Amino acid sequence: MPSSVMPTPRMTGGPQAPAAVSAVGLRKSYGDKTVLDGIDLHIPAGSVFALLGPNGAGKTTTVQILSTLIRADGGQARVAGHDLTTDPDGVRAAIGVTGQFSAVDGLITGEENMLLMADLHHLPRSEGRRVAAELLERFDLVEAARKPAQSYSGGMKRRLDIAMTLVGNPRIIFLDEPTTGLDPRSRHAMWRIIRELVAGGVTVFLTTQYLEEADELADRIAVLNDGRIVAEGTAEELKRLVPGGHVRLRFTDPDAYHSAAAALSGTAMSGAARDDEALALQIPSDGSQRDLRAVLDRLDAAGVQADELTVHTPDLDDVFFALTGGTTPTDQTKEAVR
Amino acid sequence: MSSLTLAARDSSTMLRRNLLHARRYPSMTLNLLLTPVMLLLLFVFVFGDAMSAGLGGGHADRTEYLAYLVPGILLMTIGSTTIGTAVSVSNDMTEGIIARFRTMAIHRGSVLVGHVAGSVLQAVASVVLVGAVGVAIGFRSVDATALDWLAAFGLLVLFALALTWIAVGMGLISPNAEAASNNAMPLIFLPLISSTFVPVHAMPGWFQPIAQYQPFTPAIETLRGLLLGTPIGNNWWIALAWCLGLTVLGYRWSKAVYDRGAK
Repeated sequence: MPSSVMPTPRMTGGPQAPAAVSAVGLRKSYGDKTVLDGIDLHIPAGSVFALLGPNGAGKTTTVQILSTLIRADGGQARVAGHDLTTDPDGVRAAIGVTGQFSAVDGLITGEENMLLMADLHHLPRSEGRRVAAELLERFDLVEAARKPAQSYSGGMKRRLDIAMTLVGNPRIIFLDEPTTGLDPRSRHAMWRIIRELVAGGVTVFLTTQYLEEADELADRIAVLNDGRIVAEGTAEELKRLVPGGHVRLRFTDPDAYHSAAAALSGTAMSGAARDDEALALQIPSDGSQRDLRAVLDRLDAAGVQADELTVHTPDLDDVFFALTGGTTPTDQTKEAVR
Repeated sequence: MSSLTLAARDSSTMLRRNLLHARRYPSMTLNLLLTPVMLLLLFVFVFGDAMSAGLGGGHADRTEYLAYLVPGILLMTIGSTTIGTAVSVSNDMTEGIIARFRTMAIHRGSVLVGHVAGSVLQAVASVVLVGAVGVAIGFRSVDATALDWLAAFGLLVLFALALTWIAVGMGLISPNAEAASNNAMPLIFLPLISSTFVPVHAMPGWFQPIAQYQPFTPAIETLRGLLLGTPIGNNWWIALAWCLGLTVLGYRWSKAVYDRGAK
């Protein structure tokens, strides 16, 4: 069990990069339901920041506030150097937003959507056409460009959505759950797109429910739960806080199960959780080769053979159960349900 | 760029978007025209003889009833097309694109202005279409000068503007297209209880003030006067007051509801 007070590592040493987004004490409630309960953020320009959290944690509300869609009840924030309250248009001119629900005009074609954006960014006609054509090409939408956007697949809509966001050449891009609902191929295509954006020097603020996604993309991750940031750091730092990684051994022979449990007790692996019904042992582990070998050596020494060995790395569930300081992941229950 | 140039530029972009919608999906607008056209044909060719008996002391014929009917039908056409406005505004607000517009550095009111301008243009086009049907079955103006025609056109545009702003507000407060269509029903219903089909003095006494002073009747009487030379009396300024009042009311209401979207 980690201690209930989680460290929130900060970058130390050297001057801080200019902040693309900084916020202090953002609060928002709807009626008596508090959605954000004092959020602090500092996102250096040119980095990727992921806000990780379950449904209802306040991720979308945070994005909506920072993108000027709704007003915070309290707290202060600056985006691209502009104050959210006093200069929302300054903020709007610097950002691009791709929300959770596709922000395309379904009644008109992909190309017309792009030209609409070009017009709203006041690009000269010829430049608007050039930018639209380039982005359609880059996001693999040339073939579909003259079809109504409502006939697009989920992945295509999301690509069009991002392409529209890029028309104004924003310096900061908000992506609210950019891959939710996408198939694996589209998800990987989206990840590639986000990496390209970052390579171009854009600051990306993304929200996700998937630790894997934050891990793949983000320089820094903040975990949001119940309207509070419960931990912040790099993916590695967060994973270290999480006790969910384990090796699971399953046996068919009860005798073998009991000897294995005996062999492992009284060692460094004494944290093993026993599941007598399933004849399974769970040994906390970081999944490293050395850790695995130690377990296997023990079993060999005792002359026991496991029928099945699986390595579990921490997932979002584990992160949450750990970081919210509540119960540990009740793997027994989870297994029983499966 | 000055804020006025910005407003004009963004509004015209939004207008182009709305006209694109209308051009791509004309069936809704055309369907809405069916009601006034069917009523025109029904009342002239089916009920025409009976209706004309109530006009001009019983000496009027069907052609005179057609002339009497057309101005009201034209204004009813405007009422019908604004139902389309309420529905399309309501549909639009459920789309993610509106959230995108709100996060862009564009003139805030341009979304609504685009809807209104597009709807007024559609309403005018619809009036021209329905008017053409009227002319095709024998409607002719009486002694109308160019100035009368200009005034008639201006009245139709103002009336369309007023009803459209109200319809935009109705669309904004409606959670879906069905609700929007229901909320806008009065705009179809009001012409039925105006002087479109029968003169107000032919209605029961207790009902006459309602029929006389609701928005449609003064506008209808003014249009009749301009096109047919019938007496206008004080109807023109009552019509104008309704148009301006409803425009201001609809504009402020719509703007308040739209801005409230940014909680």
